[in-house]
Amino acid sequence: MGLKQNLHNFKEKNKDKKWLPGFNALFTFLYMPNETTHNGTHIKAADDLKRTMNTVIMALVPCLVFGMFNAGYQHYLAQGLIDSADGFLGASFWTIDNLIIGAWTVLPLVVVSYGVGLAVEFVFAIIKGHEVEEGYLVTGMLVPLIVPVDIPLWMLAVAVIFGVVIGKEVFGGTGMNILNPALTIRAFLFFAYPTWMSGDKVWVHGAVERDQAIAAGQNLDAISGETLLGAYAQNSSLAGIDYWDMFWGIIPGSVGETSKFLIIIGALFLIFTKIGSWRIMLSTVIGALVMGLIFNGVVDAGWIGEASKFYGLMSVPFWQHLIIGSILFGAVYMATDPVTAAQTNKGKWIYGFLIGFISIMIRVFNPAYPEGVFLAILLMNVFAPTIDHYVVQGNVKKRMKRLKVKTA
Amino acid sequence: MGLLSKKDTKLITDPLADNNPITIQVLGICSALAITAELEASIVMSISVLFVMGVGNVVISLMRNIIPSKIRIIAQLIVVATLVIIVDLVLKAFAYELSKTLSVFVGLIITNCIIMGRFEAFALGNGPWRSFLDGIGNALGYAVILVIVGFFRELLGSGTLLGIPVLGDPIEKTGLYSIGYENNGFMLLSPMALIVVGIIIWVQRSRNKALIED
Repeated sequence: MGLKQNLHNFKEKNKDKKWLPGFNALFTFLYMPNETTHNGTHIKAADDLKRTMNTVIMALVPCLVFGMFNAGYQHYLAQGLIDSADGFLGASFWTIDNLIIGAWTVLPLVVVSYGVGLAVEFVFAIIKGHEVEEGYLVTGMLVPLIVPVDIPLWMLAVAVIFGVVIGKEVFGGTGMNILNPALTIRAFLFFAYPTWMSGDKVWVHGAVERDQAIAAGQNLDAISGETLLGAYAQNSSLAGIDYWDMFWGIIPGSVGETSKFLIIIGALFLIFTKIGSWRIMLSTVIGALVMGLIFNGVVDAGWIGEASKFYGLMSVPFWQHLIIGSILFGAVYMATDPVTAAQTNKGKWIYGFLIGFISIMIRVFNPAYPEGVFLAILLMNVFAPTIDHYVVQGNVKKRMKRLKVKTA
Repeated sequence: MGLLSKKDTKLITDPLADNNPITIQVLGICSALAITAELEASIVMSISVLFVMGVGNVVISLMRNIIPSKIRIIAQLIVVATLVIIVDLVLKAFAYELSKTLSVFVGLIITNCIIMGRFEAFALGNGPWRSFLDGIGNALGYAVILVIVGFFRELLGSGTLLGIPVLGDPIEKTGLYSIGYENNGFMLLSPMALIVVGIIIWVQRSRNKALIED
């Protein structure tokens, strides 16, 4: 008798225990359950919710690994201990030192995110008496990737509890939520603890500690870890930053969103496996480009002078908006969340386009929120059902017309 | 209970929980969101509403037989506006700083749906004593929620209660702050007040399933 049979017997024995959903979650995570449905005809497909979630996680793993290396790299680079890497395969980037310090800072984020989030899921499953839902598997992976490396773990834990409870469970759990839980968590962190979520101290591991040491009177050089977006927002020059660096991702930023290269690979993987919607990804990019072009047009037309506080970000060439900030990460992993996105094909185009459009608009017009992507996606999450409603109504109207023509 | 009959007691206790104007009838939300960032402001606001509702309900009840029903809303507005102006002037005279915090929201008590709602639904059809109790009861129900929300928002948002630091000093890093705790800035923003009210509604309805609609 194998382990699976043992577990199954254990489950049968404890059928009416309150904590059984918790056990079931672990059991089905390891094995396909023995029960099958006995009545009716069913479509048999291998890609259940768990498989779908795992595919997204696989697409995220490169970003996570890269994020670890990058966290270490930025840490040592800012301290002046290593030379800047030359391109994606630069010698000073893929070093074991970088990985060790990166893993030391990033892995706790992953552990806290999963531990706290799954604990909340288990508690809710037991209270409500249903099976534990898989919804948190992807959220738990996304959360560490969209926060700064040095975020205190207790803040992350508070935010995860808030995000899972208020963002998801109050609406009825996985599949019922209006807002993307990962972005709810980020929004909570952003508004609750702004000093840890923005500014020029939080994006490089060690910068805050160094700052406190200097404040305490030690004679050290301050570490500046500003994101490129922050630099643009303050109209400061970006001399010395290579566009390829932005594309490869060896720049300061949230843990997993810096490497546009790996995000594109992840996007191709998701499109190929038909998990992510290419319509949403493409339309988001188009929306961002259109808004960028409009702003470039405004600058070219001379309507806005260099003295304006919007000049820095408005004059960024439109295509650069894609490689600075996290618009691509948002487009590929956040906007495509099947629960909170628009469901109809036409709706997806509108939904994605507006996400890109509004992201860049917030980015340029509100220097206090240099990264508008998460706000734009949350906003469009709210509007997605409305978009779908009108698309469906439009279809109904079109068909009614056709019907009338035929019958007349 | 010599003073109050059982029916009269119900007028006061009902709005405190099972017929709470904020969490059950979902009225008067805007002021509950706007001024609950500090506990002190919530308490002063509650007292103001208590005064306006108690007195207003009695006045309307006394006049209920002489108000022509076609212009009753205007008559009610005049009564409530008079009372609100009294409150506003008293606050300005004796608690100027607070009246600046409460700003326009004292004036907006006039349009507080709870007050107009009680005038319409109760004072126009009941005697002064019962109307008075009803006004007090509903104002207390409003006050309870305001104080709860204000308590959590001030405690978690600023680390103080009634302006007194209770969690330590965030700048000197004493108390809780010495181990890395930080104030939750989100608590000071209005959306969080809505979420806190929502959580209260959630807790209340899961304790008393009869309150859940459909």
